[in-house]
Amino acid sequence: MTAATFKSGSRLERVLAAGHFAVTAELGPPKNADVSVVEKKAAVLRDQVDAVNITDNQTAIVRLSSIATGRLVLEHGLEPVVQMTCRDRNRLALQADVLGAYVLGIRNILCLTGDHQCFGNHPTARHVFDLDSVQLIAALKRMRDEGVFLSGEELRNTKKGPVVPPRVLIGAAENPFADPFEFRVMRLAKKVAAGADFIQTQCIYDLDRFREWMRQARARGLHERVKLLAGLTPLKSLPMARYMATSVAGIKVPESYLARMAGAADAAEEGIRICLEQIEQLRAIEGVAGIHLMAIEWEHKVPEILQRAGLLPRPCCAVPAAGETGQKP
Amino acid sequence: MIVAEQKPIEEIQGFLSVGPQGRPPRRVLVLGCGGCVTVCLAGGSREVATLAAVLRLTGEREVLEHTLERQCDAEFYAAVRETAETCDAILSLACGVGVQLAARLFPDKPVYPALNTLFMGINEGAGEWSEACLGCGDCKLGLFGGVCPVTQCSKSLSNGPCGGSANGRCEVDPEKVACGWQKIYDRLKALHRLDVLERIEPPRDWSKMHDGRPRKLVRRDVAGES
Repeated sequence: MTAATFKSGSRLERVLAAGHFAVTAELGPPKNADVSVVEKKAAVLRDQVDAVNITDNQTAIVRLSSIATGRLVLEHGLEPVVQMTCRDRNRLALQADVLGAYVLGIRNILCLTGDHQCFGNHPTARHVFDLDSVQLIAALKRMRDEGVFLSGEELRNTKKGPVVPPRVLIGAAENPFADPFEFRVMRLAKKVAAGADFIQTQCIYDLDRFREWMRQARARGLHERVKLLAGLTPLKSLPMARYMATSVAGIKVPESYLARMAGAADAAEEGIRICLEQIEQLRAIEGVAGIHLMAIEWEHKVPEILQRAGLLPRPCCAVPAAGETGQKP
Repeated sequence: MIVAEQKPIEEIQGFLSVGPQGRPPRRVLVLGCGGCVTVCLAGGSREVATLAAVLRLTGEREVLEHTLERQCDAEFYAAVRETAETCDAILSLACGVGVQLAARLFPDKPVYPALNTLFMGINEGAGEWSEACLGCGDCKLGLFGGVCPVTQCSKSLSNGPCGGSANGRCEVDPEKVACGWQKIYDRLKALHRLDVLERIEPPRDWSKMHDGRPRKLVRRDVAGES
């Protein structure tokens, strides 16, 4: 594949296109205007992962904006996957922010429905959901590939001016553990048909169910049309494992993992061991193109986990199309 | 029907504790409605009698009672016009529609709402109602097996359930809220129409909803105008 045929030219796209087993991580922006929080997390993850997801008011808690944080991590030599939810913006704001993100150097955008505002710190807010995630994916694809807005109007500033589309890689999420189970692959298929280039899944603990979901995805040939990154969240401690098992909708933690976490002298080490086993098992599943490691407030463990999993060094660590955006500080 | 519930009594008392020139109203008309709010036991003649009795307890004011056949239709107001003219304030037990029409018809009187209007919903049994229609102006029930995704999904999603659907319940409140998309899935499966869910549903035209403007319906065939 030549540079001209890449949809975005992002590092993530290149790694996936080259057939490498991709690794993405997650970076949660701070709940204030403290740039140093972003810098510290970015320094830990730089050169360790192919790209890093920047969450967008995750769990409906107000944080530094994902686009601004995305630009900051870019300046620190890390490629962002900017998350964009349908909860807080209507179709005007979503499309404007896609353009804004693009001109700031962001090349990967992940389209999400967004957690309900009742879970966050402004539960009396009005939500938007003008579009849903499937419609947002389709809107982005139209902007990028056809150079038109959702309205059908061209991305052209004047009648004779050029059409300048945002050349971004389009990501989406999917939760193989939510219900109705039989619908989950249908939903994946819809996201692929809408234009998703890559998928990151909800964190996986129930490997059996994930295998079954992958089997259904393969049966539809979806693994050949989209890059599937398996989501993982290492268990930090027994209370955290119990919390994931009981309090997070759509996440199932097998009893065997809970028992191991309960019986371990060093629970954090046991959590990492479980994660390493999972990575090994996931790599053996046909159609899994990489992992998405969501080490929640445990970013500093990401390099160790990846080192022990044999996933370091990453294949190509020079940020492409550096120019004005890829300079290290 | 339109489902409503009575406001906390303190809030209602608060309305009646102030008035023009700071003087609380001396004569109050408690005005019920014989429509939806009678059926959902929030604002019919029985609730009017109970609330009027409570408001009389302090002895500060005279409280009159009347329940119209429907408060959302001007033609029914003739029966109460004379009584209303003698009062300083009207406390309406209608839904928000009735309160607004009463306010329009009695321009020189303060009209206060005694209810919070909640939703258009189904009576699920004794003392239980659930929201079923948002009046979006673009009904897609024919497509979704008779279950409305705009109303019954907490996020009004168009293309299937989000990741927060578990065991048929919505993560927003699993005990109280069913996942609307699970219901749609189950209905379409029973009707052998799961193929509908494979289609990408395009963005909705929200301009048909209140997002467009306060809506108005004029039917020339009924109005008799050309």
